[in-house]
Amino acid sequence: MKYQAPTSIEEAVALLSSDPGARVFAGATDLIPQFQGGRPEPSMLVDLKGVPQTGVLECQNGYWRVGAAVPAARLTSHRELVSAFPGLVEGTSLIGSDQIQGRATLGGNLCNASPAADSVPPLVALGATAVIVGAAGRRSVPVSEIVIGPGATSLHHAEFITEFRIPVPARGCSDAYERFIPRTEMDIAVVGAAARIRLDDQGRCRDATVVLGAVAPTVAEVSAAAEILRGRQLAEAPNCKAFWEELGEAAVASCNPIDDKRGTVQFRRRVAAVLARRTVATAARRAKEAI
Amino acid sequence: MSRTYVTCVVNGDPVDFLCHDYQTLLSALRDELGLTGTKEGCGTGDCGACSVILDGQLVCSCLVFAPEAEGRSIETIEGMAEGQHLHPLQESFLEGAAFQCGVCTPGFLIAAKALLDHNPTPTETEVRYGVAGNLCRCTGYDKIVRSVLDAAVRMREQDTRKETA
Ligand SMILES: Cc1cc2nc3c(=O)[nH]c(=O)nc-3n(C[C@H](O)[C@H](O)[C@H](O)COP(=O)(O)OP(=O)(O)OC[C@H]3O[C@@H](n4cnc5c(N)ncnc54)[C@H](O)[C@@H]3O)c2cc1C
Ligand code: FES
Ligand code: FES
Repeated sequence: MKYQAPTSIEEAVALLSSDPGARVFAGATDLIPQFQGGRPEPSMLVDLKGVPQTGVLECQNGYWRVGAAVPAARLTSHRELVSAFPGLVEGTSLIGSDQIQGRATLGGNLCNASPAADSVPPLVALGATAVIVGAAGRRSVPVSEIVIGPGATSLHHAEFITEFRIPVPARGCSDAYERFIPRTEMDIAVVGAAARIRLDDQGRCRDATVVLGAVAPTVAEVSAAAEILRGRQLAEAPNCKAFWEELGEAAVASCNPIDDKRGTVQFRRRVAAVLARRTVATAARRAKEAI
Repeated sequence: MSRTYVTCVVNGDPVDFLCHDYQTLLSALRDELGLTGTKEGCGTGDCGACSVILDGQLVCSCLVFAPEAEGRSIETIEGMAEGQHLHPLQESFLEGAAFQCGVCTPGFLIAAKALLDHNPTPTETEVRYGVAGNLCRCTGYDKIVRSVLDAAVRMREQDTRKETA
């Protein structure tokens, strides 16, 4: 296995094109445990951290540019990013321990293609786009179209993600992420839920996106959420109103979970309903502050 | 297979070593540089025994490829004491009986140092989260947490003494 550290997109693409067994990496927090578990090592490892575009973190022309290889610790300590996308930062901050936070990246979290990846539901809920480069040039793809199944992405060989672009939140718009794990730290989501809510000046819902993690082979959008929530008064505390029940039922209907040691199908469905309601309530509370 | 030549700074001293590209930083520290204070527990990022500080950032050295160390600065447990003077964390761990077999201790000390470097006045909860990536099979954690809190007090006192001196 040969380690390569290119310092430009062109160099990285050339290296990847030269070797069908080459593989990109950023934090290696998924990759090395997979090698330890017996997965075959690639013939070439291409470290993306030296490619400047993968390290950007800035707001310009109406969207945030977040480099695919920026470590989680840099995202969670970036004040403006935290206030723009509290839910994305919540999801990111849940990835592993402080040690893992120093290395783990959004690009790796997405492209490892685990159904339980914590930063992916918020990225999808925010309508983030991935900028992909490769031998054929550059293309932009919604994050929701990158993962096609557990461990599989729509990226071609010699392609990689340089950065994510996330629209700056509109007035009255915010997000939230929550997951269920049986411990307080260091575990993988049994269910995760992200919500992005936009309120009008009276606190009524204008727009809503709810995305679930770990309940299907890829993240699952609760497609009925916007219809159920639009026009509802969300700035007040969630009570027993019928639409909250409806939202929970819509979340359950969006799940296609499996039974495993972390949770049964039935348990995952019930938790999905609870977390969908909770994240909507949290995102709405934050959105109210952003009116 | 040819090996890669790496130069970096370890505990303030420039060092160089040869490694295979598949080797981890943990293996380079232990097997190429003879710095065996950094331990291997799991090799998969779960136990924190291999914790080091890489350019100011706490990481698991078992999840870093050795060639990534080129041009970087690494702090390991061997650099924690200054000569005969133990670091306040080491003193607190000794006095607070924060270890038994000791295998986890270098990792806990490095993680705790990284925490206190960024946050000199942590709450108990912050300490518990700060060392959540470190596993100990012996102590039950409580004495470790108390010792980190105790060291934080000592370090603040040292700083005030330095300022008034
Ligand atoms: C102890 C421990 C705890 C963890 N806890 C969590 C957790 O709570 N939640 C969670 O979601 N994850 C968790 N993880 C998994 C992992 O840390 C995350 O998925 C992390 O975000 C991966 O990022 P990375 O940069 O380290 O990925 P890498 O290991 O570098 O790469 C992962 C995969 O993505 C590909 N890749 C990386 N970057 C790119 C790119 N820019 N373009 C295209 N492909 C790319 C690589 O080829 C590889 O297949 C944990 C891991 C460990 C070891
Ligand atoms: S040996 Fe690195 S975390 Fe366990
Ligand atoms: S003292 Fe034995 S593992 Fe912690």
